[in-house]
Amino acid sequence: MLIPGRSAKQGTSLNQGKLKEEYKEVTSTLEMNTDDMKKIGLVDGDKVRLSNDIGETVVSCIGKKPEDLSEGVLFIPYGPPSSQLMESDTAGSGMPLSKHMMVDVEKIKN
Amino acid sequence: MTEQKSNKKTEEQNKNIKIVKDATCTFCGCVCDDMELHVDLDEKRIIKAKNACVLGRAWFAEHTIEDAPAALIDGKEVSVEEAVEEAAQTLVKAKFPITYGLSDTTSEAQKQAVAITDYIKGNIDTTTSVCHGPSGLAFQGVGESTSTLGEVKNRADLVIYWGGNPAESHPRHFGRYAVTPKGMFTPNGKKDRTIVLVDVRKTKSAGVADILIRPKPGKDFEVLWALRALVKGISISTDIEKETGVPLEVLTDLVERMKNCRFGVLFFGMGLTMTRGRHFNSGALLALATDLNEYTHFVAKPVRGHGNVTGADNVVSWQTGYPFGVNFSRGYPRFNPGEFTTVDTLSNGDADAAMIIASDPGSNFPKKAIEHLKNIPVVVLDTKSTDTTKLAHVAFKTATYGINTGGTVYRMDDVSIPLRPAFESPFPDDETILKAIKKRVHELILKKNDSRGASGEAKVAAAVNPL
Amino acid sequence: MSATMRIVNGQVYDPKNNINGEIKEICIQDGKIVDAVDDDATIIDAKGMVIMPGGVDIHCHIAGPKVNLARKLTPEARRHDVHPSTPFTRSGSGGTTPSTFAAGYRYATLGYTTAMEAAVSPIGARHVLEEFEDTPIIDKGFYVLLGNNIFLHNLIREKRFEEFEQAVAWWVNATKAYTVKLVNPGGDEAWKGKKNSNVTDIDEKTGPSSDISPRQIIEAFVKTVNKQGYPHPPHIHCNNLGHSGNYITTLETMKTAGDLRAHIAHIQFHSYGGVVGKNPISKAAEIADYVNKHPNITCDVGQVMFGESTIMTADAPLAYVLKGHTKGKWVNADTECESGCGILPFVYQEHLYMHTLQWAIGLELFLLSEDPWRIILSTDHPNGGSFMAYPKLIKLLMDEKFRHEEMKRVNQKALLKCSLPELKREYTLYEIAIITRAGPAKALGLETKGHLGVGADADITIYDLMDDKEMMFSTARYVFKSGEPMIANHEFTTDSKGKVYHIAPTYDNKIEEVLKPFFEDFYSIEFSNYPVDDHYLHQHEIIKTR
Repeated sequence: MLIPGRSAKQGTSLNQGKLKEEYKEVTSTLEMNTDDMKKIGLVDGDKVRLSNDIGETVVSCIGKKPEDLSEGVLFIPYGPPSSQLMESDTAGSGMPLSKHMMVDVEKIKN
Repeated sequence: MTEQKSNKKTEEQNKNIKIVKDATCTFCGCVCDDMELHVDLDEKRIIKAKNACVLGRAWFAEHTIEDAPAALIDGKEVSVEEAVEEAAQTLVKAKFPITYGLSDTTSEAQKQAVAITDYIKGNIDTTTSVCHGPSGLAFQGVGESTSTLGEVKNRADLVIYWGGNPAESHPRHFGRYAVTPKGMFTPNGKKDRTIVLVDVRKTKSAGVADILIRPKPGKDFEVLWALRALVKGISISTDIEKETGVPLEVLTDLVERMKNCRFGVLFFGMGLTMTRGRHFNSGALLALATDLNEYTHFVAKPVRGHGNVTGADNVVSWQTGYPFGVNFSRGYPRFNPGEFTTVDTLSNGDADAAMIIASDPGSNFPKKAIEHLKNIPVVVLDTKSTDTTKLAHVAFKTATYGINTGGTVYRMDDVSIPLRPAFESPFPDDETILKAIKKRVHELILKKNDSRGASGEAKVAAAVNPL
Repeated sequence: MSATMRIVNGQVYDPKNNINGEIKEICIQDGKIVDAVDDDATIIDAKGMVIMPGGVDIHCHIAGPKVNLARKLTPEARRHDVHPSTPFTRSGSGGTTPSTFAAGYRYATLGYTTAMEAAVSPIGARHVLEEFEDTPIIDKGFYVLLGNNIFLHNLIREKRFEEFEQAVAWWVNATKAYTVKLVNPGGDEAWKGKKNSNVTDIDEKTGPSSDISPRQIIEAFVKTVNKQGYPHPPHIHCNNLGHSGNYITTLETMKTAGDLRAHIAHIQFHSYGGVVGKNPISKAAEIADYVNKHPNITCDVGQVMFGESTIMTADAPLAYVLKGHTKGKWVNADTECESGCGILPFVYQEHLYMHTLQWAIGLELFLLSEDPWRIILSTDHPNGGSFMAYPKLIKLLMDEKFRHEEMKRVNQKALLKCSLPELKREYTLYEIAIITRAGPAKALGLETKGHLGVGADADITIYDLMDDKEMMFSTARYVFKSGEPMIANHEFTTDSKGKVYHIAPTYDNKIEEVLKPFFEDFYSIEFSNYPVDDHYLHQHEIIKTR
């Protein structure tokens, strides 16, 4: 399950401009439980493809200790990549389920 | 490092520096108004923002004057007047024009945006719909026991954060309002408070917490409902741990603390509103705070995001009666989240023109909504280039609120705060542009009506029938 | 549209100038009433019509943080009551907490041209002024809540009355208020700091260190405001609102003022006999008698009207009590160091003893009052009902037969506990002009309002004379605001913003040195960002203090 959210770095970099490199980099970095990473043979900096029924996006990943990020949970700062996966149906609320996305993770071979 | 600093100091002395005290940072919903800005008037930039957090420092440092055209039509530079005319024509021509954004501009500009939308019988919505919109819906269902942030500072001895990470999203929330400050009945600051953090992730905010509770993702509602039951003395099975990941004794302990504190507060973030349950989650939390008032004084408060998103709620509410997701197509405001909210008006393909003010749906909306935005004429007002300005038919570059312009913003607790601009921008501010568009739109609309013989003077003349 | 006009052939009701229904010309020039105008002035024929000064609402809640919270809370109350735009006016939504535009236009439709927002926490003043700018046509002002202000309580406790006076004047200036408002003085600390309790007696000790009583607070404010000569005295919402037996507290509050001026707000809610926890009985006669005999006291009634209302009050403990009855949604909003607030939707129902008694007590107070200049028409909008119910209330006062018809529909047991069925009095149009215009203008010290003498603001309402007074007062045929026709033949012809009235009592700047450290310690906004600067006032006028 993917949880997009805010981070301080996303916040500071968007001030420079959302079309600048730093913002793009920050919003394309996925945090992942290190045990999960091992399972699919990932190391920090590897590219992964995230996909669901809505769309797909490619981001790089970094590891988080299992006690900080539970198994099966992914975190990414908001930005264009997370939008690619976001369901547009708001179930009558106006709010897409932007912090609760089920996605497949797939390693991209270099 | 020290050397560099002292160099900087002498540098500062030689420059044309203006100091603005008690300036207001509009980056996040904390709206801290104790900034001391050191402004280099020659270079037109803020070189130091004393008291600012990491986000605030970046906000002030990076908003410099860019060398860019003030107005573009289809990417070509035009005068502001031409762009205003084109924007007005575009909006008046449309059958279902939508206005969206508004969270990063002054309430003065927000008023103009609602007025324009009223005149063109369009649809207005703010970033609230994709932020704490569900909390707004929950508010309509159960109400809210709440307080200003100063009351938290003065009185709160139990502070619970739920589904939020202020350490990164609202860095001064802890130090200025809720965790460490010393207040009237909390003279020892943090020592007088118990801090609880509830989040599915262990975030950077965990550092301040005395108690850390980590439910399974998507199980916030179940935890909140169990707490409500326990507060009311209804017993809960130990199975709750299997369901939510939180042991019963942790919940029981929390309930005792909540019932026995003097002044408790529940702050909540988008970890509740953007996940499974949405407004039910916020509603459960608000109901929990309300229930606790049987035992003690308890308040709750959504930790709102952008600088003036709370102002957007307030302005849209006082002008239309509803907080967001408002449609004027029948000549009066109607409220229907899920229909008149922007993700929906775009994804369903309803909107045939859009005016986006100070926000960037082109980068953070669902893919389907962005696709539709690319297919309709869009008027954009923003201080910086974004994915949304890239797809605009008419784009205005505007001055930054709180840095280049005065005005009013509403803090997350509805307290209004004035802005003290640091230096002038060559670009007009949002209010000025929107006023010009409003004036032109109203002229065009009256012209339409006039052809049907409904002018005001004609009415008076007909009514005052001389003897 | 030129502003020179002559209104002819109308029956004029102008109590301040002792004009009681005579046919009289009214001349308008440059926004004022004048003696005569040139022959080429536009003439309006008001044959068969009644001319009155524009209405003045001395006590309502139409703008600011609590009103906006109420709007956000109750979309369901406004969906069925839409307010469409016209080519000249903005759209809005109604219900008991209308949007700003709807509120302004609807007041104008009733023939009201001035309304005072009766309770604003100081920190909410800027917000109120922002909403005022969007509240069209009517002139307005607001009363600032100082009765639960911790800084001022501290000065009272320490008997620093000189500084107290300075600080009160500072707060009035900082917020651009029209006068000070006390709501359940001393009750906030019990509510916020002592686990949602309340003060129950005017002499009970309260405050952070439990050593100051509501009476001491009331006395300090009455003395200060009278000494500084505000045009309108302290506007007081007494302790124990709504509780059985509270008429004693109300009498004691009025006695505390001695012979100094004081205004008692929505006095109906404070005229109950009986014992706490049991059903109340009417003490309207006792309250009316005290008011009749004390010309220093003015009051507004706070009439309850059956149907939907919204409770919104700085009296947070009261709202919580009512939540116990409705069991529905509820808002509490604490303001640091200054105020509390409670909001909930509410319905007054004819079949209930309590609600009928409240309705009857309000009418009794009107009918037992000997001096209509000092008992002012209000519903404490939207607490007792919407201001849109004023026409029906006027009919109840003017038409005894109608009153008896209405009495058939209410709780009969409650009617036994009051004198309403025996009261025969019917208000005249002249008296209605007093309780809705001349009286409130006088109580507010607004010398250019509430009358049609030379020099008055040309705020004029023209009604068609009808037998059904509810119908008559529901829609004015013409409404002039500052000499401009806003409504002609029942239709809006233009838009305008109206102005803000406030006062500016003098004070010694030195008080800021005492205030500033308190702000730094206990407020969450900076001292320099707290006062409201002039640009929020837009069009405004300062009324002089003596």
